Amino acid sequence: MSGQVRLSQDEKTMGGKPLLRMSGIGKSFGSVRVLHGVDFELNAGEVHILAGENGAGKSTLIKVLAGVYRNWRGRVELDGRRVSFTEPQQARRAGIAVIYQEISLVGALPVVDNLFLGRERTKCAGLLDREAQREAARALLAGLELDIDIERPAASYPIPVQQMVEIAKALLLDARVIVMDEPTSTLTRPEAEKLFEMIGRLKGRGCGIIYISHKMDEIYRLADRITVLRDGALVGTRAAAELAGKEFVRWMVGREITSQFPPRRPESGPEILRVGNLTLRDKSNSRHKLVDNCSFKLRRGEILGVAGLQGSGNSELLHALFGSFGGRVSGEVRLEGKPFGVRSPAHAIASGMALLTNDRQATGCVTCMGVRANITLAALRKFSPGLWLDGAAERRAAEAGAEQLSLRAASMEMPVENLSGGNQQKVILAKWLETMPRVFLLDEPTRGVDVGVKQEIYSLMNRWTAGGMSIVLITSEMPELLAMSDRIIVMSSGRITARFGRGEATQEKILAAAMSRGGEAA
Amino acid sequence: MNADKTAVAVKDRIDRILRSPAARALASLAAVVLLGVIFNADGAFFKWGTHRDMLRQVSVFGILGCGMTVVIIAAGIDLSVGSLLGVSSVLFSMLTIHSGVSPWLAIPATLAVGAAFGAASGALSARWSIQPFIATLAMMVFARGVAKLISGGQKISTAVQQADGSYRYVDVPAVFEFINSSVLGGNITVVTLLFLLCVIVTWIVLDRLRPGRWIYAIGGNEEAARLSGVPVRSVKVFAYALSGLFCALAGICQAAQEQQGDPEAGMTYELTAIAIVVIGGTSLRGGTGGIWLTLLGTVIIGYLEKVLSINAVGEASRLMLTGAIIVLAVLFQKRGGS
Repeated sequence: MSGQVRLSQDEKTMGGKPLLRMSGIGKSFGSVRVLHGVDFELNAGEVHILAGENGAGKSTLIKVLAGVYRNWRGRVELDGRRVSFTEPQQARRAGIAVIYQEISLVGALPVVDNLFLGRERTKCAGLLDREAQREAARALLAGLELDIDIERPAASYPIPVQQMVEIAKALLLDARVIVMDEPTSTLTRPEAEKLFEMIGRLKGRGCGIIYISHKMDEIYRLADRITVLRDGALVGTRAAAELAGKEFVRWMVGREITSQFPPRRPESGPEILRVGNLTLRDKSNSRHKLVDNCSFKLRRGEILGVAGLQGSGNSELLHALFGSFGGRVSGEVRLEGKPFGVRSPAHAIASGMALLTNDRQATGCVTCMGVRANITLAALRKFSPGLWLDGAAERRAAEAGAEQLSLRAASMEMPVENLSGGNQQKVILAKWLETMPRVFLLDEPTRGVDVGVKQEIYSLMNRWTAGGMSIVLITSEMPELLAMSDRIIVMSSGRITARFGRGEATQEKILAAAMSRGGEAA
Repeated sequence: MNADKTAVAVKDRIDRILRSPAARALASLAAVVLLGVIFNADGAFFKWGTHRDMLRQVSVFGILGCGMTVVIIAAGIDLSVGSLLGVSSVLFSMLTIHSGVSPWLAIPATLAVGAAFGAASGALSARWSIQPFIATLAMMVFARGVAKLISGGQKISTAVQQADGSYRYVDVPAVFEFINSSVLGGNITVVTLLFLLCVIVTWIVLDRLRPGRWIYAIGGNEEAARLSGVPVRSVKVFAYALSGLFCALAGICQAAQEQQGDPEAGMTYELTAIAIVVIGGTSLRGGTGGIWLTLLGTVIIGYLEKVLSINAVGEASRLMLTGAIIVLAVLFQKRGGS
């Protein structure tokens, strides 16, 4: 943490110091640098938007501030005094509250106990002073115009109320810096309105708020200043009034297409999949729709790109279609002209669908099993007529799959966890190819694999579609999306907000649609 | 240069074998046997009879361990095995001793009941998502109650109480005598052969049949398995049902060995069964391990008990030593795993 001291123009000229100043913040994971000397300032009574595409470094910067990491470079000053947090508890004590996307309340505990969790008020002999806690909690919630019974378990309230409780918890710390990471991603519009009112009140009390969001309308509604990060580096900071939407988007994208993509010849076969009004409701908050009335078509041999920022619902769309959520999905799906009832992954696989998930370790493969067992897992019935596993056939299939995808593994029995990320991805691709899919749903197929493997995957996608397979592609890498997709639909807040044909889409148009709220322009 | 590479590869391979759970379990076994060789109680350890008795005494635990292995590989746990053993031993004794039912009918009936109890535990955890620990804990208590209910709290023995309170004595059924006998020139007991049969059946299920592969997949990563089309619920029910079936067989063996059906039989056996599996090197995390490891674990526990008993170590010290040695064996396994 040997940071060089940088004096900004402000500090030389002004007596008033910013509430928070982070300068030259750098962070690496192993040999990968994810933050390159980022500067960031926050004034009291200000809402400062922190924006950038997925993977731009926003979360890492926040985690540095919150004391999640031990090793980083740079300098953090709070009220002009240098601080360095190596434990979240230290940051909290210093008045920095981070409200993450996921609610971190203990659902079974009453609201009042949640508010005081970890800093309980005590009487003599360490006994809990429940009366004092109750009183303080009531006063606090009344101040926030939040009328709830503090004795009821936190989980008995809907998500937006829980979020308010999280904020109350932050206030109880006398937090002066409040970080909100996409707080509206689980909220409906009226619920979000309440949150915005609350933010206004917090500003009035002199809190500084760092607000992370992908949604254009709320950014411009709330922002005093906007800071944009891209690829771990600072693009710029500017007052919201002086940063036009178009320029803002350009700041976020700003990247040239550098990697090479194999030429793609779009095929236009007959329609194979038609999805009508597909809707998926949030399990814990049924008013909130994760996927909201999405309709699209897919042709044979086509690659359909589904763009969207984190929380846009594009990943959930693929899972909903595949049956990961079982029958919680409504809408009409036709596969090769016949009605297809969304039921379960097993049913989808049997009907000719495959889904490569965006998290290899968590949902993609069974890492402790061998290469062969992983490759044959989804089509195991084929390798075990009458229950008895045909090991020789499995081995032949695994070797053929490995050959086709140039998968490098010391042996077919080697546990998948000992393979590199790229080779793990190939194991998963080989697994799905064994099921002979006609519709292949690919959610971030090139995430975390090196450039060489990426190119191989692009070529494979071209080869498969030339052979009649259809692909739905999600990728957060814009150049990849633009180069590989024959058509692109863009999602935001669960809805489709734009559709583009090949050649119509640009990074700016896609990002603008991904950050807009509300329905599709007709 | 090339020879160097081969040497490195060979060394790497040997290294990997040495660090495998099987090698660890074999080393533990060797250590326990060595203890027996040193403290051989005036040569008692060198007689085949000692080893045959060890195998006989540990077979019932081993049979329970077979089912436990399957359930643990599926990332579950089965606390009900001791109680299911109790129910089965009572049921089998009532059928054969009291009702004089032919063993050809009584054995399948008992096995079916055991499997049904197991399937119920499996359904509780798979269909209604109750944690396996809780589901099988409930089954453990419930099944013990069933054992006491059907037996009226009495041991089911050859002394049959009449309506007027007097006792009538019946012969021990031939099937009891058979299960309790030794074969192959008296060198191995039928109970031990049954245990080995269970090991082979478990091996076939886990290594050669489709549901076995699914069990590993579910234990390794349930969500990935589900998204790959594995029928997770049915497979879980199957795993617990298989465990229940083995419990029933263990109950039959226990009844034969005690020549009665005791509703209290099998208390705390679940702990021994879990210890056997874990000492063998099958991880409680699920997804790894295998039945051969459990065979090793069974023999390790068997020799441990035997060495302590032939040296007339008192019960208090024996329990303490056993606890300590289980910890040692498991620590040893953990080092190998990581």
